[in-house]
Amino acid sequence: MVRLISLALFLAIWWLASLFAGPQMLPGPEKVLSAIAAQAQTGDLFFQLGVTLARVLAAFTIAMIAGTAIGLLMGRVMVADRIGDPLLIVLLNLPALVIIVLAFIWGGLTEIAGVLAVAINKLPNTVVTVREGARALDLSLVEMARVFALPRGKFLLHVVFPQLAPYLAAAARSGLSLVWKIVLIVELLGRPNGIGFQIGVAFQLFDVTLILAYALAFVVVILLIETAVVQPIERRASRWRIRAT
Amino acid sequence: MRPAGEFGQLEVRIAHKAFTAASGERFDVLRDVCFDIGNSEVGALVGPSGCGKTTILRIIARLDTDFKGTVERPLTGRLGMVFQEPRLLPWRTVEENVRLVAPGITAEALASLFKILDLEAHRLHYPGELSLGLARRAALARALAVDPDLLLLDEPLVSLDEALAGRLREQLAALIESRPITTLLVTHDLEEAIRLADRIFLLSPRPAQIVAEIPLTTPRSARSEQEIATIIGEVTRRINGRTAPPGPSADSIAKHDATDL
Repeated sequence: MVRLISLALFLAIWWLASLFAGPQMLPGPEKVLSAIAAQAQTGDLFFQLGVTLARVLAAFTIAMIAGTAIGLLMGRVMVADRIGDPLLIVLLNLPALVIIVLAFIWGGLTEIAGVLAVAINKLPNTVVTVREGARALDLSLVEMARVFALPRGKFLLHVVFPQLAPYLAAAARSGLSLVWKIVLIVELLGRPNGIGFQIGVAFQLFDVTLILAYALAFVVVILLIETAVVQPIERRASRWRIRAT
Repeated sequence: MRPAGEFGQLEVRIAHKAFTAASGERFDVLRDVCFDIGNSEVGALVGPSGCGKTTILRIIARLDTDFKGTVERPLTGRLGMVFQEPRLLPWRTVEENVRLVAPGITAEALASLFKILDLEAHRLHYPGELSLGLARRAALARALAVDPDLLLLDEPLVSLDEALAGRLREQLAALIESRPITTLLVTHDLEEAIRLADRIFLLSPRPAQIVAEIPLTTPRSARSEQEIATIIGEVTRRINGRTAPPGPSADSIAKHDATDL
């Protein structure tokens, strides 16, 4: 209910602002919605959405898996942390644009180079978050697992990952939004399709309606993923907690 | 094949163990802690709080390897341990916690274990929903479920109220009576040790040393209240007097000289 009110408020402000700014600079919600509908009718919208979404998921998956593995290693093994930390700081402070441009120069204007560039941008963020989680692991449970000689796989699955769950959720949350923003830049610079490419075209035509239509459509998709995938997983992972009432 | 003599035996020879405090200062925790527990025997380490009993258990469990000396564990080496805190995985139910460490356990074995420990109603509960007494019993079930060759118990009855501790002690006695497991119990409660153990090792304050070894010859179930009281009296006298000779009524021997304290 509160969410609906907040959404309505947003639309109202948008509509009011569009009255002042004029349809050229900021088209109203109704114009953008009809543009979305028009793009959907040609099927173009779904194709561009699908292409971008595929890139987002690929880059996100690579960054989460690699970032979790590296973060765990750095959080648990002091030598790995010492070696990895300076590299991590370099990577954290390297602008996304530099990574993308270099990836396209070294890897060519290919799909792999594009997806990897996005993954590398997200990677240090996941590593830092998971490393914090790995450092905060409950030593008493780690000792318990050692005493009972739990095999490595079971140790990770039953002892480590449940403790990392809040950190992984945080990394995933911030990751999804970060990744899709960077995917758009990658598409703008070096891909022949996707939302970013379309927005680039619209920018050259000064078509603000189309820019907003594509952006809004993708935000809706991300919101759907958030409520339909991320939140149920979080609920399941925390079902053992005694609910605060 | 192993020599028949050391089958299932625990041999502890800790020459020295020290800790380094945050200030950089080193202090001795254990010095010459040497004792044996025979196959299927229940040994009890009794000593004042903070004397290093838990450290001895951690060394035996190989959680602490920074010490001088050796520890020979039963050769097949399956270890069951009950920590002072239950250390159950909060995100797994009681049954999942037990099955996780003992994947091969049969449904019957699990059922009988839960029955003895009165845990049947709590199989599907999460540890956060259990009282300390129940969580302790779940931890005990977990340690026994692995069918251990060596069982380590760190103050299994501490901070439970009198009645609950008494009941859990009876359950514990029944469990270790029913299966031949070499067991080492750590406690500061002499009575608890006398009711559960076959052999008691008295520890001095820090740096801990074994000041006396007291074998209890009467079977656990046959120990009368009077006998227990006699042993307690005798041991208390020895702790207070330090050099007092063994009393005539108690079936005890002083193996280590207590005068070098």
